[in-house]
Amino acid sequence: MNTIAESFSVALAMITHLDPRVTAIVALSLGVSLTSTVCSAVIGLPLGAAVAIGRFPGRGPLIVALNAAMGLPPVVVGLLVYLLLSRAGPLGSMGLLFTPQAMVIAQTVLIVPLVAALTRQIVEDAWIEYREQLRSLDSSWLQSTLTLLWDTRWSLLTVVLAGFGRAASEVGAVIIVGGNIDGITRVMTTAIALETSKGDLPLALGLGIVLITLVTTLNLGAHVTRQWARARLG
Amino acid sequence: MGDAEWGGLPIAASAVDVARGDTQVLQGVDVLIERGTRTFILGENGAGKSTLLRVLHGLIAPTRGTVTWGGDTSRPPRQAMVFQRPVLLRRSAAGNVRHALKLAGVRGSSAQRCIEHALAHVGLAALAKRPARVLSGGEQQRLALARAWALAPDVLFLDEPTASLDPPSARAVEAIVNDIHALGTTIVMTTHHLAQAKRLADSVVLLQAGRVAEHTAAAQFFSEPCSTYGRAFLEGERL
Repeated sequence: MNTIAESFSVALAMITHLDPRVTAIVALSLGVSLTSTVCSAVIGLPLGAAVAIGRFPGRGPLIVALNAAMGLPPVVVGLLVYLLLSRAGPLGSMGLLFTPQAMVIAQTVLIVPLVAALTRQIVEDAWIEYREQLRSLDSSWLQSTLTLLWDTRWSLLTVVLAGFGRAASEVGAVIIVGGNIDGITRVMTTAIALETSKGDLPLALGLGIVLITLVTTLNLGAHVTRQWARARLG
Repeated sequence: MGDAEWGGLPIAASAVDVARGDTQVLQGVDVLIERGTRTFILGENGAGKSTLLRVLHGLIAPTRGTVTWGGDTSRPPRQAMVFQRPVLLRRSAAGNVRHALKLAGVRGSSAQRCIEHALAHVGLAALAKRPARVLSGGEQQRLALARAWALAPDVLFLDEPTASLDPPSARAVEAIVNDIHALGTTIVMTTHHLAQAKRLADSVVLLQAGRVAEHTAAAQFFSEPCSTYGRAFLEGERL
């Protein structure tokens, strides 16, 4: 019991004194997860909106596939990206394996389905409401898509933050394609796994506290923003 | 003459059927909407009024039969529609009008003039910056009319625009519709309010279970309906 209390105490001290090991790992984690979140938003938002509005053969199976892919196991994604980027893989010549870029790719693959599937649902609900009005105004497919994405932006912000939360908190994919190399590809989740197995609880706890605080703060911000938008814009 | 000169008029529906699954919503409907008229589509709930309005606007394609706009089978621009429940975007009142103008290719200072003009005409100039979705029901419907007005349509379709409004708001909407008609816009409207149709309509299309029971001048319809169903319909309203 004393060990746990002492570990918490040391962990809090590491955070408050901005321990270089903690700040380096947090900075890399944020860099990787934010980059993959932006990439996922760029791909997933238009993809989800296109599936919501478009009527094309195979749309139903695509929706099922997107929904199913939200639950992709991170280790499987990590394995697939590993095979893609390994020396013998199709993208092996790029030399990306065990780099932060490889981690960004893995996280992007992991969260694009999440962003696209949730975007599809939100935009489709809006499309049902707006469809006749937009068609009456001779809005083209592209114009309708942009209108719906803009009008649902506050709901989509929550989707993007959910994607960030999944990216920042997953460990399976990044440990496979990143290798958990100290100072290069070690992020919060992989560091927590490693330090716990080594018995260095203060560092693991400190990173855990930062991770939870970060995800909670972002989601609180999204919640407040949505509430404000709902009150302000209806 | 090209479409621009004709403005997609007259609108002619010929032997139009619309089916939804096993249900025939419209059957063999022939309707002609002449330029500059105010045509009211009347009928009981489920008679097919809203469906016919959408067919005439080009939002719904007939299952059988044809619709032509100024002799052309493709829907022309410069049409606008106001729905029973206004569909407004999550932006300001002015932003909603601006969005419609942008889709019509009107931008910049001319768009701004149109927005100010349209909002002023429906009495919403002071609420231009107010988010559209927090306006009252009557204000939202007037904003929908302002959006239509700004587009200077040749034809304005209205689907029971006063159905959920209180009498003063309904009269305000009627006044705006009259103003838009006075500018030369052809009006096609559905309503359940016979008094409203009597006040505003030039001609009446009475639907009975998806078929046209009567298409006559409004004055004749309200004084001496041609059809048995027309007489029964008016009698029912008086009871």
